[in-house]
Amino acid sequence: MVKAMRHSIFTAALALTLAFGSSAEAASGPGGAWTQWSAGNDVSNIASLQRGASNFMGYCAGCHSIKYMRYSRMAEDLKIPEAQLESLLLLPGSKKNDYITTALSAADGEAWFGKAPPDLSLITRSKGSDYVYQFLKTFYADPKSTNGTNNLALPGTAMPHVLSSLQGVQTAKFSEGEHVHWESFELVEPGQLSPEAYDDFVRDTVNFLEYVGEPAKAKRQSLGVWVILFLLLFTGLAYLLKKEYWKDVK
Amino acid sequence: MAASSESTAKQGGFRAWLNKRLPVDEFVASQLTGYFAPKNFNIWYFFGSLALLVFVIQILSGIFLTMHYKPSELMAFDSVEYIMREVEWGWLIRYMHSTGASFFFIMVYLHMFRAMIYGSYREPRELLWILGMLLYLALMAEAFMGYVLPWGNMSYWGAQVIVNLFGTIPVVGPAIVEWIRGDYGIADSTLNRFFALHVIAVPFAIAFLILMHLVALRQTGSNNPDGIEIKKNLGADGKPVDGIPFHPYYTIKDLVGVGVFLIFFCGVLFFVPTFGGLFLEKPNFEPANALSTPEHIAPVWYFTAFYAMLRAVPDQQMGALLMLLAIVVLFFLPWLDRSPVKSIRYKGILSKIALTLFVIAFIVLSYLGLQPANDLYVILARVFTAVYFAFFILMPWYTRIEKTKPAPERVTYHG
Repeated sequence: MVKAMRHSIFTAALALTLAFGSSAEAASGPGGAWTQWSAGNDVSNIASLQRGASNFMGYCAGCHSIKYMRYSRMAEDLKIPEAQLESLLLLPGSKKNDYITTALSAADGEAWFGKAPPDLSLITRSKGSDYVYQFLKTFYADPKSTNGTNNLALPGTAMPHVLSSLQGVQTAKFSEGEHVHWESFELVEPGQLSPEAYDDFVRDTVNFLEYVGEPAKAKRQSLGVWVILFLLLFTGLAYLLKKEYWKDVK
Repeated sequence: MAASSESTAKQGGFRAWLNKRLPVDEFVASQLTGYFAPKNFNIWYFFGSLALLVFVIQILSGIFLTMHYKPSELMAFDSVEYIMREVEWGWLIRYMHSTGASFFFIMVYLHMFRAMIYGSYREPRELLWILGMLLYLALMAEAFMGYVLPWGNMSYWGAQVIVNLFGTIPVVGPAIVEWIRGDYGIADSTLNRFFALHVIAVPFAIAFLILMHLVALRQTGSNNPDGIEIKKNLGADGKPVDGIPFHPYYTIKDLVGVGVFLIFFCGVLFFVPTFGGLFLEKPNFEPANALSTPEHIAPVWYFTAFYAMLRAVPDQQMGALLMLLAIVVLFFLPWLDRSPVKSIRYKGILSKIALTLFVIAFIVLSYLGLQPANDLYVILARVFTAVYFAFFILMPWYTRIEKTKPAPERVTYHG
């Protein structure tokens, strides 16, 4: 019975370690189905990260910094050749060992948008990758808003829908009644990208931001496999040693 | 120490030279090879040595973090990100330390639970238990101050809430709070002094208490799952019949424990270092901001049972007092237990029910402390706070009236 108990304690502890860790991350606030949308990105996918970097530098870096990230580190991790880094990704006036800052000053940002665009180095860590994915997919036309758009993930956001040329313009349908909740989106004006292509665009961008949030993540996970394999071997040998020493006890 | 002096006499060269000046062999003989531990230790007996292992991990990783961390309001948050990104293997060192903090508490809680099920706090080990409780208190202080150092928004607001608890002390409260902070709010001076306490003062106290804990353990000898004294049953050679030399038997057995522990530890470190926001909270990836309070402030999981008790009381002063009592009452455990037997194996049904309810209460309170304080949760927190205290208050009664089984003469094995 004690053996069974010991076994179940171990199983429970292991299940807790593995399941709880990931499930708690998926939990999100109240709201419609969009709160369940998952980015489904993968930081070990280098091609996706390269596309994400290009998306970010093209569409986001004009206003948002990722001040803890160096161009050179990004190029190294994402296997971007130096020539391409210099010709395509470096912002004007930046050198390859610089941090990725933005030309927009906080004061200008506040004057133009009402709120300085935040640094995005750690956005996926403080809010989660799924949140960023949901944010970029739930802009909708709202005539009541000062810049004409609103957002489900961050209602009243000061950020205009800078990706609307790609996604197009969508309107949101809300339920009638006391508790208003979101029901669906309708694409009223198509963008340059199909909905599927826009989805991929957002996923790659989120993937890049997740990489920026923790550049060592992919390395951590791939190294971890070897560490665990070594420890299994070590524990097995230690167990045999223990058995040998204890065989005469009792 | 006949054996050791004999072997010393036979030695020549450096070892004899050394032992004449420093009693290395004598120390090993008295503390390891000649220290007899009960033969029937089970899985619960791993957690003491594992807590010690985590302490070593924390000291080593802490030394390297200290080389790169900057304890200043302006630089602390950035320096942690610098460690995570630009210091070679910095992410590994940092995650080791943050994972270690949570695992320290997991090991200590399991170790304390072991003492509770097998009556390890009972006479003659009362002082051993009290030294352990002091270690637990020191660990809480260490963990709290360490949590403030990354200077994230949860660090800041957590420090705000915890330090303000001292403000509920009558008359001198506000002065004490100001004295702790070194400023009128949580500020640079607070961070700087917490750093000093976290890297020098408290670790030093913890190391000293660990030493005392081990010395006291050597004096009384280990308890065991049957809760009987192996020293009462000596063989012809004067050694306990049910005992076995700590080294090599338990050092090698503990090695297996270390392996299994490291699999869990590295599993978290390499695959889920934030543990879904439990070990590293999401709001702490935003820098400290006095103007923006996190959605709801909760301490890290290892304090949440006590935090739930604090919130269960409408009056903050009474809540803080109750929280304090919840820890103080643990010190009295050796004198609250009046059972004729030590181990839960031979105690009656009432003790078993009480301990089960206590564990449930502690886990539920820990969960509630992580949740926002809505009406239902506050009611539940009150119920389980009552269960928590009932376990102690009623102990002298239920341990005396219940029917116990006789403890055996010799240790038993349950696999």
